[in-house]
Amino acid sequence: MPSVEVLFSAGLAAYMAGALAGLAAWRRPAAARVAGFALALAGTLLQAAASAVALVQGAGATWTLPLGTALFPWTASLDPLSAYFNLALAFLACAISVYSFGYVQHMEGKRNVGALAFFYNLLLLSLTLVFTAANAFSFLVAWEVMALVAYCLVSFEHEKAEARRAGVVFLVMSHAGTGLLLVAFLVLAATAGSLDFARFHLLGSQLPPLTQGVVFLLFFLGFGVKAGIVPLHIWLPDAHAVSPSNVSALMSGIVIKTGIYGMARVFFDFFGPPPLWTGTMVLAIGVASALLGVLYALMEHDLKRLLAYHSIENIGIILMGFGAALMFRALGHGNLAAVALVAGLYHTFNHATFKGLLFLGAGSVLHGTGTRNMEHMGGLIRRMPATALFFLVGSVAISGLPPLNGFVSEWLTYQALLAGFGSTESLTRMMFPIAGALLALTAALAAACFVKAFGIPFLALPRSEAAAAAKEAPVSMRIGMGILAAGCVALGVGATWFVRLFDPITSQALGLRVSSSLVAANGLALAAGTGRGGTVSTAGIAVLGLALGGIAAILVMLRSRGARRVSGPTWDCGLPGLTADNQYTATAFSKPLRMIFSALYRPRREIQAEYEVSPYYPTAIRFESDIQPTFEKHFYDPLRRSIMDLARRMRGIQAGSVHAYLAYIFVTLILLLLFGVRG
Amino acid sequence: MIQLLLLLAISPLISGLIKTLKARMQTRRGPGVLQFYRDLYKLFRKGMVIPDTASWIFTAAPYVVFVTTAMAGLMLPMTSTKAPLDLFGGVLAIVYLLGLGRFFLALAGMDTGSSFGGLGSSREMTISALAEPAMMLAVFTVAIAANSTNLSEVARSAVGQNWRFFAPAQMLACAALYLVLIAETGRIPVDNPATHLELTMVHEAMILEYSGPHLALIEWAASMKQLVLMTLLVNVFWPFGLAVGPSVPGALGGLGWLLLKLGLLSCSIVLVETTNAKLRLFRVPEMLAVAFTLGTLALVSTFLF
Repeated sequence: MPSVEVLFSAGLAAYMAGALAGLAAWRRPAAARVAGFALALAGTLLQAAASAVALVQGAGATWTLPLGTALFPWTASLDPLSAYFNLALAFLACAISVYSFGYVQHMEGKRNVGALAFFYNLLLLSLTLVFTAANAFSFLVAWEVMALVAYCLVSFEHEKAEARRAGVVFLVMSHAGTGLLLVAFLVLAATAGSLDFARFHLLGSQLPPLTQGVVFLLFFLGFGVKAGIVPLHIWLPDAHAVSPSNVSALMSGIVIKTGIYGMARVFFDFFGPPPLWTGTMVLAIGVASALLGVLYALMEHDLKRLLAYHSIENIGIILMGFGAALMFRALGHGNLAAVALVAGLYHTFNHATFKGLLFLGAGSVLHGTGTRNMEHMGGLIRRMPATALFFLVGSVAISGLPPLNGFVSEWLTYQALLAGFGSTESLTRMMFPIAGALLALTAALAAACFVKAFGIPFLALPRSEAAAAAKEAPVSMRIGMGILAAGCVALGVGATWFVRLFDPITSQALGLRVSSSLVAANGLALAAGTGRGGTVSTAGIAVLGLALGGIAAILVMLRSRGARRVSGPTWDCGLPGLTADNQYTATAFSKPLRMIFSALYRPRREIQAEYEVSPYYPTAIRFESDIQPTFEKHFYDPLRRSIMDLARRMRGIQAGSVHAYLAYIFVTLILLLLFGVRG
Repeated sequence: MIQLLLLLAISPLISGLIKTLKARMQTRRGPGVLQFYRDLYKLFRKGMVIPDTASWIFTAAPYVVFVTTAMAGLMLPMTSTKAPLDLFGGVLAIVYLLGLGRFFLALAGMDTGSSFGGLGSSREMTISALAEPAMMLAVFTVAIAANSTNLSEVARSAVGQNWRFFAPAQMLACAALYLVLIAETGRIPVDNPATHLELTMVHEAMILEYSGPHLALIEWAASMKQLVLMTLLVNVFWPFGLAVGPSVPGALGGLGWLLLKLGLLSCSIVLVETTNAKLRLFRVPEMLAVAFTLGTLALVSTFLF
């Protein structure tokens, strides 16, 4: 058995080789595709092995990689938290790499496949380095490389204006976030006198209270941009929708999780027990992100944008776990904090699995029909049965329905929130059950949204010729989706086994192991683990459900033996034949919610009817409806305008005269000298 | 096993009882109390017409709905404080299992390709999404009081405190859950179980294309869901007569009490149905907002009183 270090380095080498292969085979698309994605696959398998072993062993050694400079060595470490996120990355990227063999094939001859393979491998490499960086220098460098590579992939289909725009918005937002992180890291580094993460441990709590609050906020906002919390989410829906679907899956499954990783690292490693308001803030932002994410998702008819808004929702659910954990830590309930942290981290892995699956499914649909607009799909379950089945698994999982994985982590979140009510005597306790109720609303709205997201594209009659002629995805794409669908089932049904993996993480972050209190009845059921009653057994539900379903089916078959079972037309109200035009559309499906939440959406609609004889017999109708993007209009537009305004004013000092510039340099020099003398 | 049979056996009785009482309130004779059993018996022997636009989702949905509802029922204490499957899940699992059934039924509604199916699915998912937070708040109130989401624990902690429902928190939570019950079981003023008028249908619109044994399964499941929610309400808030140990007389006594409580609750539902007109769809959120507020007040009052 090779050591963790060997596996880890070999995995990194495979990613680098994959990137180089993409460059080398720049002009030979087929070779670039096969070599690039095969090496990526090998890299993910090696990384998965390294992370799994490191996670089980628990202790993290620190290695120096030959990437840094003499002054700033590049150190990497697979401590439990890093190993966990790296494992999620490797698992998801493994499935995506398999999927890409088939998916990228249709791009050959049309797009630069070599560049795609290059950037894809580079993204995996930089993500791995972000998760494993053991000092602030290597972390920030890897962070920047990741942002730049992600920009290249978002704008990959650069002939489309929407892809260029999405890329620029992503890049600007991302850099604003990095700026905040840089300041926060510098404050910590100045206090520690070192850039090593090991020296930052619990350092945040030793800062003076005001600085501590500011540093916490800087980290939260800086990582929040990447995670896509409301109101910093505006880059996310566009960026995820326009990139190639295999990249969308990676972006939504893992790239936004780098923000979550950063928060986990800061909240539970760099900071000790924080002030209570930090947890309250994180919980509140989590609730807002979850609710607004799902509400905006409901109004989307672009399949990939819909999924992107659900990423905001799920980040919100993760942050509900983190926020509760911070609050419990501030209130001195270590055990509860550990349970809430497990809930948040579990949901992180789950979201990577089912959202990756759903984006890959959306990619197959896009591949088969050539459109992202749900209103032009329909009946795909007959043309693409495997894709439909996998998409259904993902839909059930993301809606938090038993016995799949989304249910497990939401159940743990509920238990943590419920336990919170008894954790304090102050009015703050009301936050927990209200957050729980809003989590219920979020989950129910998500279910409504996925009835739409599965029902409109896959069921009933095709709404366009492209949908009627859709083709099932090639085998490799189906295998990629199958891996993730199996992951959704395994993470749900095998929950009592997976919670054990969190012991090293909670013991690193909080000095506690809680998995034994989370498992009841010899591993059959999951327990609340918070000193409260309450168990659930996804395995039991799955087995019993299958058994009862089988019995019911047999009984019905015996009972109705000999009865006729015919296929007939759907009731069409006596009109001549049912067509796709009679079907409910996605717009119609979400209409009740658009009306109920009209205060948020401020919907606008326009109907133009042409008629010849009477308005009751129109010859043509044009219907237009949209909702107002509140955050863009009320926050970002004024901000953008004032920045442009400021820039216009600043133009005066940039007059193009060399003499003026020399004067500026001189003045700056004098000021710096004075500053140096004073210091 | 016994409880499964009990669920299957009593649920048509309660549905029939409500129908008969409602007819009497409206000075009609109405069908007999046992009519629902006769309907089920007949439907199971009938042939089926399956729409030619439908996929396997349409065939699978009735079984999913039936099985999830039955499993939810098994997590519920009915005659004694011990629910048969309390290890498999508590009140959260019940809510989410019912959600799973609804998810598939809504998909089946869209699978037929008729406008009615989509209309029903859209409305059903909307109403249930709005009912969910109110339901959770009501349930949290009792779960926090019992320090468990497991309904056997909740029932056990409630036994012996027969007058507890006069506590403000319990009364408010009970009222919230009652409103949710009306919405979730498709009763007037939210939905009309007797209508087939396209403007007002919700649940019926979703299942319009079902026939024969499939329809029987769905109707039976809907009736079981009603029983599950009603039992949840009566046994959590009025734990009278719940047997504590596993004894035959205790269980029979518990059954007697259960039927009595369900009968009383049915009467109140009949009163509500008869004295109210159906609400416009966009007035339903207001009713559910009331339920949400009541749930919040219930929680607030747990630590004020």
